[in-house]
Amino acid sequence: MTIVPPYGEEGSLYPRDRAWHPPANTPGYKSTTLRAPRHALLSLGQTRSELTGPTFGHGILNPLDNDLIRNFSQDGGEAIGQRMIVYGQVLDENARPVRGTLVEFWQANAGGRYRHKREGYLAALDPNFGGCGRAITDDNGYYHFRTIKPGAYPWPNGGNDWRPAHIHFSVFGHAFAQRLITQMYFEGDPMIWQDPIALSIPDRAAVEQLIARLDRHNTTPMDALAYRFDIVLRGRRSTLFENRPEGN
Amino acid sequence: MLNRLPPLRESPSQTAGPYVHIGLTPSLEGISGPNVPDLGSGPIAAGTGQPINIIGRIFDGSAAPVGDAVVELWQADADGRHNAGWGRTACGADGSFRFETVKPGRVAGPDGKPMAPHLTLWIVARGINVGLHTRLYFDDEATANASDFVLNRIIDPRRRTTLVAKRTEVAGRATYTLDIRLQGEGETVFFDI
Ligand SMILES: [Fe+3]
Repeated sequence: MTIVPPYGEEGSLYPRDRAWHPPANTPGYKSTTLRAPRHALLSLGQTRSELTGPTFGHGILNPLDNDLIRNFSQDGGEAIGQRMIVYGQVLDENARPVRGTLVEFWQANAGGRYRHKREGYLAALDPNFGGCGRAITDDNGYYHFRTIKPGAYPWPNGGNDWRPAHIHFSVFGHAFAQRLITQMYFEGDPMIWQDPIALSIPDRAAVEQLIARLDRHNTTPMDALAYRFDIVLRGRRSTLFENRPEGN
Repeated sequence: MLNRLPPLRESPSQTAGPYVHIGLTPSLEGISGPNVPDLGSGPIAAGTGQPINIIGRIFDGSAAPVGDAVVELWQADADGRHNAGWGRTACGADGSFRFETVKPGRVAGPDGKPMAPHLTLWIVARGINVGLHTRLYFDDEATANASDFVLNRIIDPRRRTTLVAKRTEVAGRATYTLDIRLQGEGETVFFDI
């Protein structure tokens, strides 16, 4: 069957490389056992329903949305923990910046405890830490926020499994087919390589794509370390013999 | 046509985990910092059209409700234009989700013919490594459904019914119900889009 290349300027997206992503059923991560579809995913010629997606303006943002140290502050207090800046560029597979897209992030506090009603870890809650924020990428695709380094935490999976320090990320892109949720890990953390969730990704090089690098140039002296975490969303196809000024 | 190889690879997906609500529906966890009300809550802004409700429940492979999922919806407006028709909700403990919206119009398919009216749904949760894309069609659009490009790609006609919501009237409002089964008998069709 021939799929007509869709919709003028909007080229279709590169197919998702499913071998680069975790498979649905990864027995080391037990929650997947009953939640992984058994049938193969059905390939769908991309239509306008997948090549479009919601956009969000700066009007949705509050001034402290990208400051997790202060955005849940009670009476002016700040979150406890190692202060850091997390920043990075959202790109597509063609290495073009993804501008004006919403990035949401959430994490545990410095002790590894989430502010969530189903959370049972005995580490203490930090009264001044909520654990979520968001940002919209700038004209070069960059986002940044200030936070504290999350702690590692144990979780009920294999009896004695611990999550490495990580931050959850949700990114929209410009097409609903680019929608992505992933996690950021920290350079040099040996626990990454013992984590059933990180290791749900089969290729070590793909796991390494989720490891943020310490960036001494962007630290705030006497205040905060900096980690750089770039995120790549699916890109649109372009053909060698087409000659379009922009957008491919 | 030859395609250039892209220089970068997509960041691999990871599960949204059990605490996804902190990030996506923080008001539910009493975190009122960034988002009040939660982004994507409330009626979906898909313009004017026939008001409808979408309800359903999500079940796992043991038929247990998936009480910790977050569902996002993306749809065209009544004229078939994708504009602002996006919403997001957290499932209740019984796996239930609910959206208030308007019935979408028809959108051209890859073959150039109009597809049947549909909504796109995206589901994330603990135990879902890559967010699951599916569609919701309407059982009172039988003629359009019969010629829909995507439904017709599903070879087993019994599986097509996993995407077709049933209409009832609740307090004078059309309500469409579709349960989603992640695995096993009656497993919903999920798409690689
Ligand atoms: Fe986590």
